[in-house]
Amino acid sequence: MLDTRAGCCADGAVALAEAVDAPPGEPAVRLSLLVEGLRCGGCLATVERAAASVPGVLRARANLTERRLAVEVAKDGPDAEAVIAALAVAGYAARPLDRAALEALDRDAEGRGMLLRVGVAGFAAMNVMLLSVAIWAGAEGAMGRLLLLVSMVVSVPAVLWCGMPFFQSAWRALSARRLTMDVPISLAILLALGVSVHATLTGLGEGWFEAATALVFFLLAGRYLEHRAKRAARSAAVELAELRVATATRLVEDGREETVDVDALVPGDRVLVRPGERLPADGTVVDGSSDVDRALVTGEAVPETVRAGDDLLAGMTNLTAPLTVRLTAAGEDTYLAALARLVAAAEGGDGRTRRLADRAAAVYAPGVHVIAALATLAWLGAGAGWHTAILVGCATLIITCPCALGLAIPAVQTVAGGRLFRAGVYLKDGGALESLAEATVICFDKTGTLTEGRPALVDAPAAEDPAWGPAMALAAASSHPLAKALVAAGAERGLAVPPPAEASEEVGAGVEGTVDGRACRLGRPGWAGPDAIGEGAETTVWLSVDGEPRGAFRFRDRLRADAADVIAALAAAGCRPVLLSGDGPVPVRRVAEACGIAEAHAAMTPEAKRAFVERLRAAGETVAMVGDGYNDAPALAAADVALAPATAVGISEGQAGIVYAGAALGPVARARAIAVSARRRMVENLWASGAYNVIAVPVAVAGFATPIIAALAMSSSSLVVTVNALRLGAAGKGDAP
Amino acid sequence: MTVLGLLIPVSLGLGLVGAAAFIWSVRAEQYDDLEGAAARILDEDDLPPDAREPRGEEPG
Repeated sequence: MLDTRAGCCADGAVALAEAVDAPPGEPAVRLSLLVEGLRCGGCLATVERAAASVPGVLRARANLTERRLAVEVAKDGPDAEAVIAALAVAGYAARPLDRAALEALDRDAEGRGMLLRVGVAGFAAMNVMLLSVAIWAGAEGAMGRLLLLVSMVVSVPAVLWCGMPFFQSAWRALSARRLTMDVPISLAILLALGVSVHATLTGLGEGWFEAATALVFFLLAGRYLEHRAKRAARSAAVELAELRVATATRLVEDGREETVDVDALVPGDRVLVRPGERLPADGTVVDGSSDVDRALVTGEAVPETVRAGDDLLAGMTNLTAPLTVRLTAAGEDTYLAALARLVAAAEGGDGRTRRLADRAAAVYAPGVHVIAALATLAWLGAGAGWHTAILVGCATLIITCPCALGLAIPAVQTVAGGRLFRAGVYLKDGGALESLAEATVICFDKTGTLTEGRPALVDAPAAEDPAWGPAMALAAASSHPLAKALVAAGAERGLAVPPPAEASEEVGAGVEGTVDGRACRLGRPGWAGPDAIGEGAETTVWLSVDGEPRGAFRFRDRLRADAADVIAALAAAGCRPVLLSGDGPVPVRRVAEACGIAEAHAAMTPEAKRAFVERLRAAGETVAMVGDGYNDAPALAAADVALAPATAVGISEGQAGIVYAGAALGPVARARAIAVSARRRMVENLWASGAYNVIAVPVAVAGFATPIIAALAMSSSSLVVTVNALRLGAAGKGDAP
Repeated sequence: MTVLGLLIPVSLGLGLVGAAAFIWSVRAEQYDDLEGAAARILDEDDLPPDAREPRGEEPG
C-alpha cells in the first residue's frame, strides 16, 4: 500500500500549492503534510531535521497527535515535493493535505475554544468560591451584598460565555423535541444564575453563584476530555477523499495528451493511466493490459490482470503497464465517491447504539423536572407564597443538576484509554468502549486482519538449489507483490540479492529475461512451468530456464499466530465470531476452519459487507467489526464499534473507534476484556451519581437546600466518580505492553 | 473592613493573571500536541519551536 501512495503525492502537490499559497507580502508559505509512520518521539526529531535540512525551509514542526508536519518555507523557496523527497530519504512517506483535510484539521478551533472556556470557568469558579466562603462564614448586611455583587460581576459573563456549548446543545435537542442531559444542565445553570442575580439585586434569598460557576467548570472539564478522545478519529475520516487524484492525462482526438483537472473529466473521455498512477474515474479499458491493485473493492493484496473490456474503478492503482481507459462515470458518480457517501451516511446516521449517558439522561431529565414541578406545587398547596415555592423548585433543579453524571463516563473513558494503551490498543472514540463491551457479534475481515495480508513463501527449493539465483534476479526486476516476497524470502535465507536482470514483464503471466546468457521465465504455472496442478489456495510461481521448469515457489497468506486463540477467547466471552471476506470461497473456508469460525461469508463486496452488518443490527445484535481495507470502510462505519489494526489503510483507521498494534490479534481480546470492566465501572458511576440525589432531593424539596449544601454535595459526588474511575487504572497496572 | 476594598481587587487581579497566562498558553498552541510534548522532553537536542534550524548531525 505504502509504495503505491507515493505515486499520488506529485498530483496532490499541485492542489496544495494553491491551497496554502501565502497572500502577497507574506514572507513565508506554510505547508501541511501528513506523515505516515510518525508514531514516536524519535520520529519527531528525525522528521523535523529531515525537513529542516531542505534549503529554504524556515521552520518545521511535527505534531505527533495528528501525524502532521507543518513546514514554513521562504517565498520562492522549495515546494512540497522537495520536502516530501527529503522525508522519503529519511524513511517517511508523506502526503500533502488537500483543502478538505486542511479544513477538517483547522476545525479544532472548537477544541481550543473549549479549552479556553475551561480556563475561564476555572478562574471564575475559584474566585467566586473564595468570596462565597466569606458569605457562608456569616458576612451579612452591606458586606454580604458587596461580596454578592462582586461574585455577580465575575460569574454572569463567565457563566454565560462558558456555558454556551451546553445552551446551544440543549436548544438543538429541544428544537428536535428530544431531552438530553444538556437540558437539565442548562436549566440548572441558568436558574442558579437567575435566582442569584435576583437575590443580589433585591436582597431576598441566597446567592448560588459558586454553584453555577463550579457546575460549568466541572461539566466543561468532562466535555473537553470527551472531545480530545474523539478528535483523532475525526481528523482521519477525511482520508478517503485523498484517494482521489487531482489531475488526469486526457487523450484528445489527434492523439495528443493533455493534463486536465480531474473535475473536468466527463464520461466518454479517454484517459491514459501510467503505471503507479491511480484511476481518476470509473471506466473500461480500451487499450493495453496491466496488473491492477483492486484492494479498494476486494481487500486482496494480490493484484489482478486486466485487459481491454475490463471495468476499472476510481482509486484503483495501475501497477505494471500503461492503460487507456474510456470513462463511464466521473466526479460524484464514481464508485469512490459513492463509497465516501456510504461511509458518511453510516457515520452520520442515528445508527450507533445509544450511549449509556443518553440512556441515563432519558430517565433522569424528565424525572428531575417532574420532581421540581411537584415540589413547587406542593409548597403552593401547603400555603407558601409564590416566591418561596418557586425558589424551592429552583433549588431542586440546581441541586439535581447531573454534574457527576457529566464526569461519570468521560473519567472512565480516559482511565480505560490509558490502560488500553499499555495493552497495545489506542482508543479513539470513547463510545467505542461501551459498544465493544456490549458486542454480541464480532465480524472479521480476512486478508490483513486474520491473516498477515501479504504473501509469504511457504514451500520452495532448498537454499542451495540453483533455481534461486535466476529466480531472484528476475524477481528483483519486478514490483509485483509475489516477486517482492520472493526476493525478501531469498534474503532471509542468507542469499545475496542479485542486481535486477534485463527483463520484461508479461502482464498477468510473469517476468521474462536473460540471466547468465540463458532465457529464463518466472511466473504462473502454464507459462513458466507445468499447467496448474490442484488449483487451491496457494499461489505458485515457477521458474523455467530455456523452457525447462526448474523449481516451484509456493506462497500463502499466513494466518496470524494467535488468531485461533483470540477467536476462541472471544467466543467464550459471549461474542459470536463471523468471517466476512471479499476473497473466493475456497481460501475463505480454509481460513475459517483454521481459526475455528463457524460462520463465514465469501465474495462479499463492500456494500454486501455493510448490508450484512446492518441486517445483524436490525436483528437486535450489537456488532463489532474488525477490518483493515478500503473495502471494509462502509462496514466499519455501519457497525456499533469498529476496530482496525494500526497497519490499516487510512480510511479504515479513520472509521475505527479502536486501533490496535497490528502484528497480532491479541489486543482485540484484551480490549474486549478491558471494555467489559470499564463498562461495569461506568454503570457503577451512574448509580453513584444518581444515589446522591436520593439524599439531595428530599433536602431540596423540603426547602432546606442552601448553597453550601449544594457545593458540598456536588464536589463530593464528583470526587466519588473520579476515584471510582481511577480504580480501573490501578487494576490494570499488570497489563502486558 | 476597608481592607477588603484592597484585597478583593488584589485576589481578582491575581486570578486574572492566571487566566491570562492560561489563555496565552492555549493560543500559543501549547495544548495542540500533548503526545508530542510528552515525547519531546526525552529528546536531548530538542529546541524551542522557533529556534529549530537546519542541522546535519543525527542524534547519537
